[in-house]
Amino acid sequence: MPMTVEQIEQFIKEAIPDATVEIEDLKGDGDHYSATVTSKSFSGKTRVEQHKMVYDAFNGKMGSDLHALKLKTVSE
Amino acid sequence: MNNNDHVSQNIENEINSNDVMLFMKGTPVFPMCGFSARVVEILNKVGVKFGSVNVLESDEMREGIKIYSNWPTIPQLYVKKEFIGGCDIITEMFESGELLELFNTNGIDVNPS
Repeated sequence: MPMTVEQIEQFIKEAIPDATVEIEDLKGDGDHYSATVTSKSFSGKTRVEQHKMVYDAFNGKMGSDLHALKLKTVSE
Repeated sequence: MNNNDHVSQNIENEINSNDVMLFMKGTPVFPMCGFSARVVEILNKVGVKFGSVNVLESDEMREGIKIYSNWPTIPQLYVKKEFIGGCDIITEMFESGELLELFNTNGIDVNPS
């Protein structure tokens, strides 16, 4: 089941409350998104760790319900 | 040995025998997904030799690599047994020059085009 922009933002913000989230629906099909997530909590973490924090926010839905999320993380 | 052990053993064998190892959908010649294609394109631009596994050929490999790396998506790149990232991270590292640096630091031959 595809996710909406609002749902994606909600998942991320629940896991990373201080996050600033910018989401773009890349193909307008509700299935291919791009997200830039900015948070202080990324500080001192590797890129892999930062991306994992965002993936973990989706409680296992990343890679299944949410097929494609082009992700960029920014540490504040 | 249960099935999961068997899969992680297979994954470990692949990672141990290839300095640069890509778990992908399809093959380097015929990638079956845009993200896998993008990483293949980058590795070719850098001019590095790499091994690859087509996870579409085996459901247990497809699920197993996600568990092994604790990473939900494919492709996945390993360099010298270390998980480096998926398509977005590899793209970012390529654009910033970090990827080339990583190969250089690890003494892996590159031939950028």
